[in-house]
Amino acid sequence: MTGRDTPVLSVEGLCTDFHTHAGVVHAVDDVSFSVGPGEILGLVGESGCGKSVTSLSVMGLVAPPGRVAAGKAVLAGHGDLLQRSANEMHAIRGDAIAMIFQEPMTSLNPVFRIGAQIAEAFRLHRRASRAEAMERAIDMLALVGIPEPAKRARSYPHQLSGGMRQRVMIAMAMVCDPELLLADEPTTALDVTVQAQILDLMRDLQAEKGSAILLITHDMGVIAETAKRVAVMYAGKVVEEAPVEALFAEAAHPYTRGLLSSIPSGQARGKPLNVIAGLVPNLLHLPTGCRFRARCPMAFGRCAEAEPPLTEVAPGHKARCWLHGDSAAAPDGPGSAAERVEA
Amino acid sequence: MTDTVDPISVVASEPSLLQRLAANRLAVFGAGLVLIAVLMAVLAPVLAPYDPNAVDSVKRLSPIGTAGHLLGTDELGRDMLSRMLYGARITLAVALAATALAMVVGTAMGLISGYLLGWTDTLIMRFVDILMAFPYFLLALSVIAVLGPGLLNGMLAVAIVNLPFFARIMRGHALSLRESDYVLASQGLGAGHWRILFHHILLNSVSTLIVATTINIGWMITAAAALSFLGLGVQPPTSDWGTMLAAGRQYMSSAPHVAAIPGFAIFFTVLGFNLLGDGLRDALDPRLGEA
Repeated sequence: MTGRDTPVLSVEGLCTDFHTHAGVVHAVDDVSFSVGPGEILGLVGESGCGKSVTSLSVMGLVAPPGRVAAGKAVLAGHGDLLQRSANEMHAIRGDAIAMIFQEPMTSLNPVFRIGAQIAEAFRLHRRASRAEAMERAIDMLALVGIPEPAKRARSYPHQLSGGMRQRVMIAMAMVCDPELLLADEPTTALDVTVQAQILDLMRDLQAEKGSAILLITHDMGVIAETAKRVAVMYAGKVVEEAPVEALFAEAAHPYTRGLLSSIPSGQARGKPLNVIAGLVPNLLHLPTGCRFRARCPMAFGRCAEAEPPLTEVAPGHKARCWLHGDSAAAPDGPGSAAERVEA
Repeated sequence: MTDTVDPISVVASEPSLLQRLAANRLAVFGAGLVLIAVLMAVLAPVLAPYDPNAVDSVKRLSPIGTAGHLLGTDELGRDMLSRMLYGARITLAVALAATALAMVVGTAMGLISGYLLGWTDTLIMRFVDILMAFPYFLLALSVIAVLGPGLLNGMLAVAIVNLPFFARIMRGHALSLRESDYVLASQGLGAGHWRILFHHILLNSVSTLIVATTINIGWMITAAAALSFLGLGVQPPTSDWGTMLAAGRQYMSSAPHVAAIPGFAIFFTVLGFNLLGDGLRDALDPRLGEA
């Protein structure tokens, strides 16, 4: 626990490995972050950087060959989730901590009416009669902005659009008023207008219910609109953590800068889009030193020697880069051609 | 809200299961045959003109259409129509009970196997492999050899033979559905293993199970009749269509109807179940219908 107000979730040194035939993949490698009460923390990164595995690890839903190898995930009032037994986790999941997923089209059971599914989620954790649970389900449908909730509760998932289904998923996740909501790419599968509505809804619910949210996405636009603080992940590690304004104003890590500059903007119309050259490294064969150095336009000698620690570059703003290291005064500055490391 | 169509109107235009089934003539024909067999069994006491076991030594082997005996009489002068009606009860009861037993046990085995995986899966599926390694009739005969002939043991034997059919189908379903997003979502909401197995996986496999069961009843009728034909199933004086067929084969040249009537009855009932099963499969699987 930190000295300031107790975080809802604090993850420390989380490591999750996948034991594959080709070797051990460290999908999540020493990840630490915390989510304060009522805070929306954004977790950003490319596909395969370990965002989803991080959230599944916290939920205790990593399936073999994956395994949480080390670390702590302390949920306020429930202790370290990684030490909880399977039965204890059944009681915690959906109650104190809930999750919504990327694919609203397939995340609802096709053979049950949506009202019954929400009611079931409620009855898993609260003593309630079927009628009470159904009433609660209809209230939740109204809360997530579904018109004619009593009538819609009798609909099957295939009768609803993607946006509606994601609203239903949110209703299911929020039905027990969880202290923490893990939202894994909740808007990725939706088209842009619906995406904005869902983000609005999540912000409203967060304000109303006071739940903390861990918002996982690869979309910087979603982060800018929704999150208060951001953690950027790259190849299984958190490379930068900052309040959202600071991150967008002056990103400290070259990877974050790359992500920000690759957002298409109206001003650059007609020009080629900026991209980060290269690919995410193979997690089985990580480079020595900094994991981003092969793609980094500012890499220099030191980057190959050792992995940079996560250091504070400004209050509340941390980055994992030698440009900001304690003895970070990079010799001759970062751009120096002589110091550049060949990829 | 602009992003929803009124779901009620969408649903109303979709044909129901029965409507889709009714559009398939072969399925309707199959359902008709099944219905006839079921009505025969249910209404046997009402419809049968005689006691099925009443012997009349004067009227032995009377042909079809004899006065007072619509379907003639058998080698002991028993009324064929009455025997067919009562035989339908035994034939269908054995087939249904054996199917139910195989379905419940096989489904449980398959679900647990495909969901838990690991050594449980290995253990169950290797057992199923052993069952499948025997030619199915040899297996049934072995079971009878151990337990002794009789109605109940015959039923048990055909049920055991059909376990692998259900176990393998349900294992496949469990394997694919356990990876589905709604199972993950439901785990995320705190659902336990039993809830996921029986609420999410089993209920999403119901349509497959209905089709598999319907088709399986047809096989079970044949298998049970075959056991009876060999004298290993139902024991006299009770008789099902299989034993009637067996008794009648000695009089094939002089009185072919004694064997032919139960033979055709078995044939048409099995055909009925198979056609109904195929029709149900088409009606329950919309993807198959459009292809």
